[in-house]
Amino acid sequence: MPHLDAAYNLARFLMRNEQDAEDVVQEASLRAFRFFENFRGENSRAWFLKIVRNTSFTFLKKNRPAEMKVEFDEELHGGQSEMMDPRLEVDHSQDRQTVRAAIEQLPPEFREAITLRELEGASYKEIADVAGVPIGTVMSRLARARRQLQVILSKQT
Amino acid sequence: MNHDEIRELLHAYADDELDVINALQIEQHLSACDECRRSEEQIRALREAMTEHTPGYRAPAHLRRNIRAALRREAKETHFSPWLVFATGAAFAAVLLGLILFQTVRGSRENAIVDQVVANHVRSLLATHLVDVASSDQHTVKPWFDGKIDFAPDVHDFAISGFPLVGGRLDYLDGKTVVALVYQRNKHPINVFIMPAIKTSETSPDSLSYRGYNVLSWTHREMNYWAVSDLNDTELRQFSSLLAH
Repeated sequence: MPHLDAAYNLARFLMRNEQDAEDVVQEASLRAFRFFENFRGENSRAWFLKIVRNTSFTFLKKNRPAEMKVEFDEELHGGQSEMMDPRLEVDHSQDRQTVRAAIEQLPPEFREAITLRELEGASYKEIADVAGVPIGTVMSRLARARRQLQVILSKQT
Repeated sequence: MNHDEIRELLHAYADDELDVINALQIEQHLSACDECRRSEEQIRALREAMTEHTPGYRAPAHLRRNIRAALRREAKETHFSPWLVFATGAAFAAVLLGLILFQTVRGSRENAIVDQVVANHVRSLLATHLVDVASSDQHTVKPWFDGKIDFAPDVHDFAISGFPLVGGRLDYLDGKTVVALVYQRNKHPINVFIMPAIKTSETSPDSLSYRGYNVLSWTHREMNYWAVSDLNDTELRQFSSLLAH
């Protein structure tokens, strides 16, 4: 089964626990199997990851409405700075758990962009396909996600 | 590009998502601007911290087994004989395997160029830096290339046929500096990449679609042409026939 690690990784960061991530990936695999005829043969990874992300967001809206209650607002979240803070130094001595926890603190849309870009090496175009947003939106989500990560992962001075 | 525009593009630059010309402009700016250089270093430091600690998760083995079992059950529910279930599973696996191979073997030269053509097109739009010389006048665009490249491309405006010339720029394709002409069809930008052909025999437009973009390639008067757009295939062909008059 190709792309299963990528699918699980994305679901794991979106759902933030193992059990829900497994349920989502299993459900998404079945959907992919059923709707395989809709696949147009361009990028099988982006196609499958799009199903995984849609399944994850549907699950979150249904089962954890509190988390998703505040509709993600590009403008609202865009109000804060996209620019890196020149005074903050990222701490390299942190372990894997800290980095994971930092990603999990981001809003789901940012988590998605960062996971695909940094952990799966996806291009902006691929991320745009998976998330169903324009490339410009991908660029600003990444900028704001990184800015927030910079703050979280900085040395406490 | 001014300081603010550069700042907007620093992430795209650090992510290698910019075309060569924009990337060069940013590099020039970085050597002169401490603030941007500092920001760019911080983006890289953050990216390194993330990849260094490999925070990615891998699918557990039992999940793999469960999915395989679920897919088998799913296939059975459609009341096929065991042989057919097996055949369906095998066919599904074969198609997926084919896709992976297709993605991997894409390294063939032709496809590698198509890949670059589409990437150049996307980047030119992404960076909102479609053209170096913005003009609908072919007599302004054509001389602009003089001295920048060692061949003279045909530059014509097709506004009368509904494909106005927007401008031109230099781009990079298959390891060479090439001419990129930009046309517009309604709201759809079209990039045309032109470079001297190795095989000079004339060919008619060959179409393929890649990542949702339509690409046409042909050889005309000893030049290779690549036209790429999100425009539909029919109109793109209509456009290519204007170029290859």
